[in-house]
Amino acid sequence: MSALVFTALYLVGDPVSMLASPEATDAERELIRQSLGLDLPLWRQYLIFLNKALVHLDFGNSFLTGEPAMRLILDRMPATLELATAAMALAVLIGVPLGIYAGLKPESLGARSVMTSSVLGFSLPNFWVGLMLIMVFAVFLHWLPAGGRGPVETFGPIQLSIFSWEGWRSLILPVTTIATAKCALIIRVTRAATRECLPLDYIKFARARGLSEARVLGVHLLKNILIPIVTIAGLEYGQVFAFAVVTESVFSWPGIGKLLIDSIITLDRPVVVAYLMLTVVFLSLLNLVVDIIYTILDPRVQAKAGA
Amino acid sequence: MSTTVIGLASPAMPAPRESMLRLFAAQFASSKLALLGLVFLVLFLMLAIFAPWIAPQNPFELATLNIMDSKLPPGSVSSNGAMTYWLGTDGQARDVFSAILYGLRISLIVGFVTVSAAFTIGATVGLISAYFGGRIDALLMRIVDIQLSFPAILVALVLLAVLGKGVDKVIYALVAVQWAYFARAARGAAIVERNKEYVQAARCMSLSWQRILWRHIFPNCIPPLMVIATIDLAHAIALEATLSFLGVGVPVTEPSLGMLISNGYEFMMSGAYWIAFYPGIALALVVVAINMVGDHLRDILNPRNEI
Repeated sequence: MSALVFTALYLVGDPVSMLASPEATDAERELIRQSLGLDLPLWRQYLIFLNKALVHLDFGNSFLTGEPAMRLILDRMPATLELATAAMALAVLIGVPLGIYAGLKPESLGARSVMTSSVLGFSLPNFWVGLMLIMVFAVFLHWLPAGGRGPVETFGPIQLSIFSWEGWRSLILPVTTIATAKCALIIRVTRAATRECLPLDYIKFARARGLSEARVLGVHLLKNILIPIVTIAGLEYGQVFAFAVVTESVFSWPGIGKLLIDSIITLDRPVVVAYLMLTVVFLSLLNLVVDIIYTILDPRVQAKAGA
Repeated sequence: MSTTVIGLASPAMPAPRESMLRLFAAQFASSKLALLGLVFLVLFLMLAIFAPWIAPQNPFELATLNIMDSKLPPGSVSSNGAMTYWLGTDGQARDVFSAILYGLRISLIVGFVTVSAAFTIGATVGLISAYFGGRIDALLMRIVDIQLSFPAILVALVLLAVLGKGVDKVIYALVAVQWAYFARAARGAAIVERNKEYVQAARCMSLSWQRILWRHIFPNCIPPLMVIATIDLAHAIALEATLSFLGVGVPVTEPSLGMLISNGYEFMMSGAYWIAFYPGIALALVVVAINMVGDHLRDILNPRNEI
């Protein structure tokens, strides 16, 4: 995986041509090349990279700013985490109730319009939704800022913007943009799971016992449809976190997605490689977390694993 | 269930072809939304094909543009009184309506060419994989898995960074992203078909494997592939728009809808909303119309898939 990314980026282009000023002489260019270690053959570069990355967790310095690539990314990570977490929370909070409703009364007018608008939700391109939101709420109504991040408060190395009203105001539009697409997906998964569970005996039994509808749905049904929802929400959370490239570009949100696209365009290899490695690690961890949640939600999973 | 046309694929049903088509048409017409989507799709296709005759102005004919007319709001009359800019003009005095018609052309061409190429490559790989099984299958499917584990937007971004700008390059990048979906679907369908009696009968007649694969198995794999093709068409158009918006897609000389939106973005803050807004509406209508058709096709062709 790391070799694949490394070789692919090697082919992308010559970073020296981006870094050196157009008037630089050949000798100056060669100097830059040597100082960055780009004069060595590819396999030597890769071995040096592997050694540093595995032993010291050092992915090299950014060609552009000279700072360690990992530091650059970690600095920007809280902004993206904040965005992704708020967006997924919103998507789940809206998506699950709507999905259950659509599953309960699939033929009703309300359910149909929910399903139709969910097609809208996942088919509209992300940047389009963002632009329209900016146009209505920032340009016409002047209610919310069009981009950027509000004032941040520092907690040790982490900076968060959710503790001020201004911070929330800047969060609303990008969060809504991401949540629109994810919400549509969660509605569909919830609806399918609900329709599958509803005809089962235990729901009929719960109803026969005269339990309130709220309890039947909120406890008995919800517990059993949670597994597909957790799976989708977990995977999508990873996607939002790792590839918020588009939304962050539209709203100039200073997160890692914006950093990635800037680095791809300026051919800042160490940052791109470090970013992709970090993402792979993060996604694997997330998968592990989802698996652990399974065993809590569904005791049968654990029983099978022990047998 | 009465909504199953899967029987259409079974050779055991000797119904005449025409009546099956009619059955399919009747089922398709059962959803008004899908019909509406189809009507819009055909309308947009017509607009794109006949753009040079419909458009009041050729937006690439720089000589005909009058710089005095730039950034006029919708409904303005041109300074020489010859035409009315129903949707306004952009920063270079191009009529937005004409630009949309030409942009629609590029977007639809990218979409259709991408899907046809991805369909051909994907179906070939999938069918060969299913038919021969064993090592070939394992190898091909491993490639598909690797491909699908990277998010589409990221693969396309990196590829375009290597290839550079251009309509053809966008198409290469999108095909590289999308062929794997077709390969997986084709393999899934073909594995079911492979062991059916009619294939065994064809083998007994010692027909060549190419003939069995393409004349016997392939036609029965078309329904699921058609669903994927429709959805991927919308996906390709949206993805191209996103890439162009991020500045790595089509060149300025061949603006697609995404490019038009990107150009208009800078004027939006100053209140000239129409330059980005109307191309945005056109893009949304195209993508949603295709998805409405795709969503309904999926309901008809594989009723088991509820998500």
